[in-house]
Amino acid sequence: MIAAFFERLNETQGVNFSIFYDAFDRGRFLTGLWTTIYLCAASILASLALGLIGLWFSESRSKLPRLAMRAYVQFFRNTPPLVQLSFLYFAVGGLLPAIPDGAGGRMPLIGGAGWAIIAFSLFAGAFNVEIFRAGVEAVPPTMIEAAESLGYGRFQLYREIVLPLAFRVSLPALGNNLVNLVKTTTLAYAIAVPELLYAASQIWSESFNVREMMNVLLVTYVALVAGLVWCLGRWEKAMRIPGYSS
Amino acid sequence: MKGAATDLPVLRPFRAPPVAATGWSPVALASAGAGATLAILFAGSLAFAQAAGGAREPAYVAVMRWTPLIVQGFLFNLSISVLSMALGTAVGAMFGLGQLSQGAATRRLSWAATQFFRNAPWLVLLFYAMFLLPFEMRVAGVTISFPAWAKAVVGLALPVAANVSEIVRGGVRSIPLAQWESAESLAFTRRQTLWMIILPQAVKRMTPPWMNLYAILTMATTLISVVGIQDGLTITRAALVAESRPELMMPMYLLLLLLFFAYCYPIARATLALERRFHVKG
Repeated sequence: MIAAFFERLNETQGVNFSIFYDAFDRGRFLTGLWTTIYLCAASILASLALGLIGLWFSESRSKLPRLAMRAYVQFFRNTPPLVQLSFLYFAVGGLLPAIPDGAGGRMPLIGGAGWAIIAFSLFAGAFNVEIFRAGVEAVPPTMIEAAESLGYGRFQLYREIVLPLAFRVSLPALGNNLVNLVKTTTLAYAIAVPELLYAASQIWSESFNVREMMNVLLVTYVALVAGLVWCLGRWEKAMRIPGYSS
Repeated sequence: MKGAATDLPVLRPFRAPPVAATGWSPVALASAGAGATLAILFAGSLAFAQAAGGAREPAYVAVMRWTPLIVQGFLFNLSISVLSMALGTAVGAMFGLGQLSQGAATRRLSWAATQFFRNAPWLVLLFYAMFLLPFEMRVAGVTISFPAWAKAVVGLALPVAANVSEIVRGGVRSIPLAQWESAESLAFTRRQTLWMIILPQAVKRMTPPWMNLYAILTMATTLISVVGIQDGLTITRAALVAESRPELMMPMYLLLLLLFFAYCYPIARATLALERRFHVKG
């Protein structure tokens, strides 16, 4: 029914939403959507892990790991993500050995999608380190002193007192950064990862419906971001401690 | 009442001795570390390229030959960023004030536009502008042409405007409501209050996020290479293709990264410094 409607729309009005009636275009679009979601999910998880590791480094008592972490954060925050991606994919990826792909040919050790995930995680992870650090600094020192006086060890203190509180403080900023990450995944277009933008550009170059696909694309991304924001909002609400504001 | 001078140490207020600055601040150390790491990486990759190049022309000569062109491309990126920022700030300030308007229609419309352009990816908006803007327009018999770079400026200005709109709204909202009320009691009109009392204070608070946005925009200008405009990244790629020596990839890309870092890092530092200066303890 929907397909018939959009087909008629195309014939009578010339408004060509080919993804709604053409099975091939729809398949490409859905594959793109799936790749984008996969990129987002993988990068979000990896960047969160990186943020935690970075936090551990930057709260370390010796100087070297702290400085190394500052250098990592400043480097990735102050250079363009697209150039980072190109650098990793072309320069670093070119150095890695190729492995046999089982069909007689050779394929690179890490493909385009893999490098995209690595680059986006490093980029968003640098921001996450800062966000988590700000959260840890927001935990009142009296809280830590109280825990210490109760005999908490350093690791236990972090796991049971500091991190749960810090995490709640940093959730809004974290949400902003993750939204940015979702938007950054479009850069994978530049290294030909078949994500949403790439799929859309293939469709509009064959079906000549740039205007329609552009709008579909914009709406899809806004919907993706809205979904993420909604999830984060729910999460924030679920994690709220009654009576503990900020 | 001022107490009589006494030598009794108990009665003197405690004054902590000023903390002497010892050597480098941690911030300076960290930035030096970041810069040094980059430089070491760059030098290391050059040395590696030198070794891998074998009997061919030394790697540093090849990199040196392309450096002026890459810097030129980088400067093109910077000029695009300045133009987009100017356009985006002008349009965004209007939308931001629109979001604070008393007319419900203006307010809703500005809010919707802001949210929409803020939540769409920059690259998609850039594509939008590149493909959907006409390459020339006829206004009253005069043909105005839109070259690719002008369309790119518009495409990048869209998300900038949306972000500026939020910055303006946040800045004005951060001024205590009592200021509005006292201005009203002094018979200022709404427009006068906004222009003479609220905005001068708010601009101070809007400056750090605005500078932050500019740094983000500068880094985003490399996106125009995706839509086929000759910028720093395009030229770097073209140089690599022309040389066709894979071992040069590391130093060339690192050179471009270094250029951007050298430009954006001082902005980030200045933003932090300003933020600290304007910070009011709550």
